[in-house]
Amino acid sequence: MDARSEASLIESNATVPKTAALRTEWIETAALALAERAARPPAAAVPDTVTPERIREETGTSDPVGRDPIGQSVTRLEDLPLVRGQARFAADLSFPRSLHMRIVRSSVPHGRIASIDASAALALRGVVAVWTHHDVADIPCIPLREGKSAELDPYLQPILADGIVRYVGDPVAAVFATDPYLAEDAAERVIVDIESLPVITEATAPLGEFLPGLPSEPTIVRKGYGDVDAAFAQADLVVELELAIGRHSGVPLETRGAIGRYDASRDVLELHGAAKVPHRNRDALARMLGRSPHSIQLFELHVGGGFGVRGEIYPEDVLVLLAAMRLERPVKWIEDRYESLLATNQSREQLHRVRAAVRADGWVLAMDDEFFHDQGAYVRTHGDRVVDMTAGILPGPYVLPNYRVAGHYRLTNKTPAATYRAPGRFESTFVRERLFDAIAERLGMDPIELRRRNLIQPQQMPFPRGIDTISDTIVFDSGDYPLLLDKTLDALHWEDLKESLRQRRATGETVGAGLAYFVEKSGLGPADGVRISVDFTGAVEVVTGGASVGQGFETVVAQICASTLGVDYRRVRVIHGQTNRIQYGIGAHAGRATVMTGSATHNAALKVRAKALEMAASLLGASADQLSVVDGQVVYASGDVAGAGRTVSLGDIASALAPTAPARGGREPGLSAEGWYETHSMTYPYGVHVAVVKVDRDTGAPRVERFFVGYDVGRAVNPMLVEGQIVGGVAQGLGGALLEEFSYDERGEPLAVTFADYLLPTLADVPAVEVMLTEDAPSPLNPLGIKGAGEAGINGVGAAIAAAIDDAIGQPGAVTRLPVSPARLKALLRRRAS
Amino acid sequence: MKPVAFEYHSPHSLDEALATLARVAPLEGRVIAGGQSLVPAMAFRLVRPGHLVDINGIAGLDHLRVEADELVIGACVRHAIFHRPVVAGVLGRALTDIAAHVAHYPIRMRGTFCGSLAQADPASEWCLLAMTLGARMIVRSVRGERSIPAHAFFQGVMSTDIQPDELLTEVRIPLPHAQARIGFDEFSRRRGDFALAMALVQFDLLDGRMKAVRVGVGAVEATARRIEAAEQTLEGGMPTMDRFQAAARAAAQAVDPSDQPQVPAVYRRELVESCVRRALERALSATLPKLP
Ligand SMILES: Cc1cc2nc3c(=O)[nH]c(=O)nc-3n(C[C@H](O)[C@H](O)[C@H](O)COP(=O)(O)OP(=O)(O)OC[C@H]3O[C@@H](n4cnc5c(N)ncnc54)[C@H](O)[C@@H]3O)c2cc1C
Repeated sequence: MDARSEASLIESNATVPKTAALRTEWIETAALALAERAARPPAAAVPDTVTPERIREETGTSDPVGRDPIGQSVTRLEDLPLVRGQARFAADLSFPRSLHMRIVRSSVPHGRIASIDASAALALRGVVAVWTHHDVADIPCIPLREGKSAELDPYLQPILADGIVRYVGDPVAAVFATDPYLAEDAAERVIVDIESLPVITEATAPLGEFLPGLPSEPTIVRKGYGDVDAAFAQADLVVELELAIGRHSGVPLETRGAIGRYDASRDVLELHGAAKVPHRNRDALARMLGRSPHSIQLFELHVGGGFGVRGEIYPEDVLVLLAAMRLERPVKWIEDRYESLLATNQSREQLHRVRAAVRADGWVLAMDDEFFHDQGAYVRTHGDRVVDMTAGILPGPYVLPNYRVAGHYRLTNKTPAATYRAPGRFESTFVRERLFDAIAERLGMDPIELRRRNLIQPQQMPFPRGIDTISDTIVFDSGDYPLLLDKTLDALHWEDLKESLRQRRATGETVGAGLAYFVEKSGLGPADGVRISVDFTGAVEVVTGGASVGQGFETVVAQICASTLGVDYRRVRVIHGQTNRIQYGIGAHAGRATVMTGSATHNAALKVRAKALEMAASLLGASADQLSVVDGQVVYASGDVAGAGRTVSLGDIASALAPTAPARGGREPGLSAEGWYETHSMTYPYGVHVAVVKVDRDTGAPRVERFFVGYDVGRAVNPMLVEGQIVGGVAQGLGGALLEEFSYDERGEPLAVTFADYLLPTLADVPAVEVMLTEDAPSPLNPLGIKGAGEAGINGVGAAIAAAIDDAIGQPGAVTRLPVSPARLKALLRRRAS
Repeated sequence: MKPVAFEYHSPHSLDEALATLARVAPLEGRVIAGGQSLVPAMAFRLVRPGHLVDINGIAGLDHLRVEADELVIGACVRHAIFHRPVVAGVLGRALTDIAAHVAHYPIRMRGTFCGSLAQADPASEWCLLAMTLGARMIVRSVRGERSIPAHAFFQGVMSTDIQPDELLTEVRIPLPHAQARIGFDEFSRRRGDFALAMALVQFDLLDGRMKAVRVGVGAVEATARRIEAAEQTLEGGMPTMDRFQAAARAAAQAVDPSDQPQVPAVYRRELVESCVRRALERALSATLPKLP
């Protein structure tokens, strides 16, 4: 047993040595500090609230004063409660007198509900209620997050199935009982009689009716520019492929959870366990329940992974709220793993038929794609967004003067689909990069050279793509695509690498390398605001409408605030996901949190700083432009000999600005300010993925020997966290490329409903990811030049792995579908042998 | 994923355990050892025992010793014991090799060797070992004690000859000869997963020839079993790559795997071929560990 695989048993989430080493070092420092504390007399006992000061004290880490916190790989503010087991996830929260909800789910993929008999369940002592659609018929379906769509609205999901079930796992009834075991016992006793109906299991099935009067294809997303037909008429070569991406998704290790509580004394309805988009969800829930948004409060707790799927409104969220009001007791629901693999949004499943018109010199004149997107059984909160993004981003980093795409949005009798980390990009990068590899093969051209010839050049920036996606006109804001390619190849010693792989193949090994290029999108607008205030101890609070899904949000926002304001980042407390603290918020998704909330934080901190300097000038008898803020103290700017040594702390300034303080004069009370950041353009980072894969000829097992990510992030606020995001993304990408698949049989029965069948990558499956961050193209769109980092690691994994496998087995274009299982690979090897 | 209600018994002696088991056997009573197969199955409500008889508190059931040319493994011996060789020679090393493939570290800390045999998963490494090396299972009840040879013990997918009132108290594995070689190989999608195919081989190497050849294949049919065709190919021959390959092919042809969309029969046969060949190669090349 080697050390690597042993380690995977202990920590199944992937980490790279570099990040892991930093993390371990920090944890060890903290542990040592704690051990020392424990050895001291009781007076020094561990206090029971976590503050930034405590983190500093206990870890003994301290940054050199005066160094700009932006760009530093400082340790995470959020880790202390997590590593101590003090975190509070949804399941950790219990209110007195709670009821526990259990959902009765459909066991058939499509059918008419003939009857539901709950009498045996209700007969159990402790069962308080059993609801079916009849009991909640007054509640509308869960709406789209962005507006309404006449085509999609008829397919929205009711909170309990309305007469017809459409997938295995469809909520049919809700049981409320005094303990979760009893709730599950009772759920088993609810007898649901369903008459089966024919099922649709493939998005490519012939067009038909999904439900009486409703077609299986509510919409086709079309985009394009140029004259595609003319380009094909001129082409020297036409390359056509059919490519498929398997159904998989974000599978957070913390399953969903929702706790509803109604406080009649204040007429406030609370939802605990919110994530991702609490403010948006508050508004949607207010509409569904007919309440004022002021009377609904959502609270984010710790979140054990989001990845796009967690934090959307699902039937269970609405049910716990409704039940809390109607049954007049708090209601708790914790999803179990089996439910999670059936009921939480799935993603990715698409089949593309793509063609390229190519000139003999490798110039790609046009791309024409028709694809089929498997939406599953209902339209969920994102509507057709994944199809839209796939269509919008497919051309990637290449000029491609002519482009046409038609995305067929199809309903099937499977779990509903929505966004998963890098939605539309994992899929489209696989398609585009497979196509470019195929073109290179047909032309007998080096695939890198082909890409180089078609890349958008830096002097073409900003580059209008000529298409819109998710209500944004795509304009690549900045980038030097050839430069990143060069840097990547240099870092890898590409020619030497290729040569060494050639030699290994010559000695009988089945090993190869593949590369994929992509453009990411991030920083989805339109606006975010924060409120910053400083208290009389000098501690800073940043109240945001953002959300944390574990990505290091608190740390990064604290770093930006600290940098702008002139304080230690550990003195900054960042509030997120609490709708009662700030009115607006858009949350954490679409690589937007650092860009949007970070920029708003910068703007608010500038205001606080200005106010602090102005007040300090009056206190010190100086003029504001002589002063600066360093480590929470207003000091005379360096070189100002006259004022040397005279300082006033931000805490004292806050005291002087208190409503009752005479020093305040006519100034508005409080050392605080609100700041906003608005944008109508996304910012587009870009990256290159390179994989080296070895295939076991006997078993077909692929082994990823190396994975390299070159990524231009514009500006890395915290390189360690960017790297962490990328490494985690690569691990998930490897899952989608090699292991994870929500497969269904031809009758619509889901086959991957446990972790024995839905295979997540473990540390043993993930190599030490090599990350090269560059900052060659800061975004001109925001004050700090930031671009998003959350989706960089996953975007090109499927494409790079496919290319590396082709190279390894010496069969260009062999991989046409993901995931590539050993059985499929062995079939490819067998085909070659015969 | 919460089990149905059950009654829990925690006997302190073997006699007490057997008495309790005799009483609760007709009431869906079950033994619980490491719980690593039973508890997940209960969480899915696939099994609904009315009573659990926990054997972890019984002193003396974790015995592990060599007795008259047999290695005796008691009911409470955990997989993790085998992380280091427990007996000298090839058997100790083989057990260590194999243990690394049984589930994951935390599971090996609790799951038991005998529990694996009682569970009789088609892909259990220990079941393959018991079948290939010809182990004997000792079961006890208030009615008395029985010794069951491996071929009679395993009756199908997760089905054994243990009666509801019986406790598997120990397993007895014959110690191989001094000249013996043992090799193991398996294929699984991820480290620690149940295998898609596995092979265990043993032979005595006498004057450069293979004698008393045993070739076992697991995870492919309802129960692990020895593959006579492969054994005959090897018996009496010299250990050459060609002969290993021929035996591997013979094994691949002899097995009767089910054809599943994700794991087609043809693929399963290829895996069997690979596992048998690699197990043979390992048997030949492996060096013996030093014992503490
Ligand atoms: C994620 C995961 C991966 C795994 N991977 C593997 C693998 O790769 N290979 C493998 O072989 N196993 C694997 N296992 C199963 C594991 O090895 C179990 O520990 C083992 O199968 C059962 O041992 P146990 O002591 O936990 O038995 P328990 O779970 O306690 O019991 C299992 C069954 O045996 C019965 N039983 C147990 N002991 C006795 C006894 N002494 N007498 C009579 N009946 C008894 C019980 O009543 C029950 O029916 C895996 C398990 C998990 C959860």
